[in-house]
Amino acid sequence: MRKSWWKILAAVLLIYTFAAGFLIKVPYIGNLKETIRNLFFHVPMWFGQIILLTTSLVYSILYLRKPDLRYDIFAACFAKTGILMGILGLITGAIWATYTWGEPWSNDPKQIGVAIALLIYFAYLVLRNAIPDIDKRAKIGAVYNIFAYFIYLPLIMILPRLVESLHPGGKGVSGNPGLNGADLDATMRLVFWPAVIGWTLLGTWITTLNIRLYLIRDKNLINAK
Amino acid sequence: MTKTIFALLKKDLLLELRQQHSFYGILLYVASTIFVLYLSINNPEGEVWNGLFWIIQLFVCVNAVAKSFLQESRGRMLYFYTISGAKAFIIAKLIYNIILMLLMSLLSLGLFFILLKNPLSNTLLFTGIVCLGGISLSLVFTLLAAIAAKAQQNAALMAIMGFPLIIPQLLLLIRLSKAAFGEVFRESALLQLSFLIVGLDIMVIALSIILFPFLWKD
Repeated sequence: MRKSWWKILAAVLLIYTFAAGFLIKVPYIGNLKETIRNLFFHVPMWFGQIILLTTSLVYSILYLRKPDLRYDIFAACFAKTGILMGILGLITGAIWATYTWGEPWSNDPKQIGVAIALLIYFAYLVLRNAIPDIDKRAKIGAVYNIFAYFIYLPLIMILPRLVESLHPGGKGVSGNPGLNGADLDATMRLVFWPAVIGWTLLGTWITTLNIRLYLIRDKNLINAK
Repeated sequence: MTKTIFALLKKDLLLELRQQHSFYGILLYVASTIFVLYLSINNPEGEVWNGLFWIIQLFVCVNAVAKSFLQESRGRMLYFYTISGAKAFIIAKLIYNIILMLLMSLLSLGLFFILLKNPLSNTLLFTGIVCLGGISLSLVFTLLAAIAAKAQQNAALMAIMGFPLIIPQLLLLIRLSKAAFGEVFRESALLQLSFLIVGLDIMVIALSIILFPFLWKD
């Protein structure tokens, strides 16, 4: 119970997200109509993705400081769940875009940014698989992960602000590249932030399961001194 | 450390001057690519010209920079371990690749002018942007070449890793080059874009110097 409280919290928060997200009264804004409810699913995916990828970065740095194979497994698993979140965010975004912008893909700078991000992290997985030696794979993977993260961050934080965008937070519009925080409706905020925490916790949960699998698979390697 | 860097840089430049096959190899690569372009699209519009130019730069850079770590055999690396540190080594490689890429960029710009005409309204500005672009591309690909060389699967892996990572710089550069085609920018936008590219370059240099020591020895 003490160890699994956050899993219960994740489940509760997600049940709350789904229940409240579909039931509360939402403001009617332009052509958004009811699709605004997607905010509780699409945007938290991106928050979750960034948090998971940042966690992956931290473990990569830890690995370079102290070469423990466990850190490498952590970094890889968090990156994988980050990719999963990215794909889900892309799909929910495409569905949303179909109904508000008229087509699933309209070459919006943020859509391009996401496509690039996925390519970067797929390359990370390909790189890892290309190296048969375990220690070498861990080290080179960590180096690439750190390098990629610091190029990825400006890509999604700076570039979208410089150009016009259909998303909130483009050039000449207020807000950050994630969402226009200031004018988020008060009741929606009550659902939105729990949704962010809920989805992130779910991502972490998935990751820990994956990590346990790898720890068992490689237990001879990890314990061998 | 400065002495080591200069020694390593001198060694790379001397090797280049004496062997010459890699320099002329890349030069021929540039020339034949641009000639193929000339045959397939004679006299392209400004925007097409701009896009093609930067894509060619990208491919030239992958080919030119990949060589810098490929040519170091295992035995020679063992020798380098004894005479220099990781930081001096990567700095020397960065400088060497910048020089090589600047040369290649300017040469391919010249070939573009000869074969595909000159649609620019401000040639000098574009030449400056090309230099900046050459530096940016070579910096990013230097560390990637080091990673790819360690993974022992060079050309393909470098493209897979490098192309997504270079897109931010490439987009900024293509955007910036439009100024040389007579597109009017807001007063501060041009400087802002240039500073952004320079900022990214500085970050890449810092990351290379921090991360390369981990790749240095197996």
